[in-house]
Amino acid sequence: MDMTYATAAAPTVAKRKRSAFARHIVAYLFISPWILGFLFFTLGPLVFSLTMSFYDWPVVGERTFVGLDNYRSMLFEDQQFWESLWITVKFAAIYVPFNIVMSFLLALMLHHIRFASGFFRTAFYLPSVISGVALVTIWSWIYSREYGLLNFMLSFVGIDGPNWLGDPNLAIIAIIIASLWGLGGTMLILLTGLKAIPKELYEAATVSGVPGWAQMVFITLPMLGPMLLFTFITSIISAFQQLTIALLLTKGGPLGSTYFFAMYIYDNAFKYFDMGYAAAGSWVMFIIVLLLSLGVMRWSAAWVYYEGEVRQNDGDGHA
Amino acid sequence: MAAIRIDNLRKGFGSLEVLKGINLDIADGEFVCFLGPSGCGKSTLLRSIAGLEDLDGGSIRLGERDITEVASAKRDIAMVFQNYALYPHMNVRKNLSFGLALNGMKRDEIDRRVDNAADILRIKELLARKPRQLSGGQRQRVAIGRAIVREPKLFLLDEPLSNLDAGLRVTMRVELAALHERLGVTMIYVTHDQVEAMTLSDRVVVLDKGKVSQFGTPLELFYQPANLFVAGFIGSPRMNFVTTEVTGQVDTSVTLNGGGLAHPLTLEMQSAAPVAKPKSVTLGIRPDKIELVSAEEGHLVGDVRLVERLGTESHVHISLENGGDMTAVVRGTHPVSARERVHLRLAAEHCHLFDGDGQAVARRLDVETQALINQEKAKRVA
Ligand SMILES: Nc1ncnc2c1ncn2[C@@H]1O[C@H](COP(=O)(O)OP(=O)(O)OP(=O)(O)O)[C@@H](O)[C@H]1O
Ligand SMILES: [Mg+2]
Repeated sequence: MDMTYATAAAPTVAKRKRSAFARHIVAYLFISPWILGFLFFTLGPLVFSLTMSFYDWPVVGERTFVGLDNYRSMLFEDQQFWESLWITVKFAAIYVPFNIVMSFLLALMLHHIRFASGFFRTAFYLPSVISGVALVTIWSWIYSREYGLLNFMLSFVGIDGPNWLGDPNLAIIAIIIASLWGLGGTMLILLTGLKAIPKELYEAATVSGVPGWAQMVFITLPMLGPMLLFTFITSIISAFQQLTIALLLTKGGPLGSTYFFAMYIYDNAFKYFDMGYAAAGSWVMFIIVLLLSLGVMRWSAAWVYYEGEVRQNDGDGHA
Repeated sequence: MAAIRIDNLRKGFGSLEVLKGINLDIADGEFVCFLGPSGCGKSTLLRSIAGLEDLDGGSIRLGERDITEVASAKRDIAMVFQNYALYPHMNVRKNLSFGLALNGMKRDEIDRRVDNAADILRIKELLARKPRQLSGGQRQRVAIGRAIVREPKLFLLDEPLSNLDAGLRVTMRVELAALHERLGVTMIYVTHDQVEAMTLSDRVVVLDKGKVSQFGTPLELFYQPANLFVAGFIGSPRMNFVTTEVTGQVDTSVTLNGGGLAHPLTLEMQSAAPVAKPKSVTLGIRPDKIELVSAEEGHLVGDVRLVERLGTESHVHISLENGGDMTAVVRGTHPVSARERVHLRLAAEHCHLFDGDGQAVARRLDVETQALINQEKAKRVA
């Protein structure tokens, strides 16, 4: 009996295996455009740039393997590397908190207003879909010393507007403001998060006499934790990648006051044609951003709550 | 603990009128259910009492206090939400103590109340857990615990058991009744499950399209429904209705014939007041008060459509000859089968009569039933 059963079962199993394989083939075919794109346009360049960073790699001419030389001279001999990194860190230190806080406040406002909320949502999001170049054109017009909108408005309150883009102290602020213009994306993420918080939580709190500020601190913020973490990390990444606005608005000036790290890499690649050195710079940036992100994520364990996750240490009362 | 008095409460959403003038008088310590079909305004009424809705009119008093304009937090109430509304990122202890701590209560007082509530609800060993680590029934307990720690004058519960499975529902129902007994506090409970309403409450508010259809004890609703809506809503399987006419009245005896009836039927009313015109009336009879009889004894004739045999009883669904349907519940496994012609006898003393507007004409109850109803009322007062 057992024998019969075994021999009869064998082909069925084989058949099932084959059909599972066939199903997978189809699935892979469906995602193949993305996989190919990832291989050729993401993973390929990534590996390629890592290789490049170990070479002296001029655009034309002989490539020579130099090992860690690019990294060594960047970290220990290149004044400009440290200066541009410092400018980027300063920028990030102001941009990231402002980006998150302002997006959050805007999202809160949009979440609560009833009148024309759709219009405002679109209006605030619009700048983040406008191309960087168009955005910079608008801002260079706003910041213009003689004809700029900003100084024109300041003249109404009797202030003789400064030369925004010409003053080394103001230029970086001008770039921060222009960058914050695109916070619509962050705002939208937080708005979605706000809308996902069940309103009964607030009602329950209201009935038990929890004041509004406490509902914000003890309900809204924790419930928004994963979203806040996400926007925190993406803001850090975009702060370090800051290039377009500085490149077009100030060209790194005045006096190198807006010479961002990304611009430093850009110049090494396309001005000095030192591809190996530029690639090394990119990897340094990658590692810095990676470490920062890991740091933020580790720190976030203290304040981010995930609905799905069960941690070891929140076991039952006997522990 | 406090009584609640609601006067002419009105509430709408835009052009949709949801509560159309609600009047209620709920006694101190009473357990009252709001019962009604989906969308009739039960939750809206409860939320209005909680102070979570802006009213269009009317007033609410809790004890001696007019709370119509009082902020929700200051109403001395606690509310349990249908989906529990536990704070997912806080553990159970924090869920219970959160509101108290923010109202500046002393630590030992908070601990005393939380431990007391945990004791009552048997959730002591769950205090360190997060809501997601709890079963549905445990979450429900925590939600109720969050209400208990407030030591409110009034408990409001919006379908608190509707997310639980059938077995747990019965258990929690018993526990809720025990809790009410123990705390002695006024409770209002929303449900669309009439079994819950009938078993738990001292009195039931039946809501229909934003109006109070009837407010009475469970037995009153069952034996003396005030109108067609309540008659049809309370009781399962539901009451049968036959349209007929008043052909004569002598003192309190009203004789019906014609319409759906094949033979005349005489009912005893409470008073001799003539049944209002038009004479076209509705006769109501519960399925278990119908007998399958021989041709000469029957008031109605019809064909069996379907027989559901449940063991202890059989539900016989009948299409009446004069139009309309009827369900009869007979004891045991009845031999009748589909497509068979049957004759039905209605027990006159169990018939309900409704006038042309659907309002009940008060019927004379037998002594025993009347005694039961009085007993239930007396218990409520005590
Ligand atoms: N915030 C709101 N905005 C607009 N309409 C609402 C709102 N809340 C309730 N309604 C409407 O009011 C009516 C009554 O709703 P309510 O929630 O009180 O019903 P309910 O009796 O509790 O029903 P259920 O048994 O389904 O919970 C419904 O028609 C509903 O659509
Ligand atoms: Mg409801």
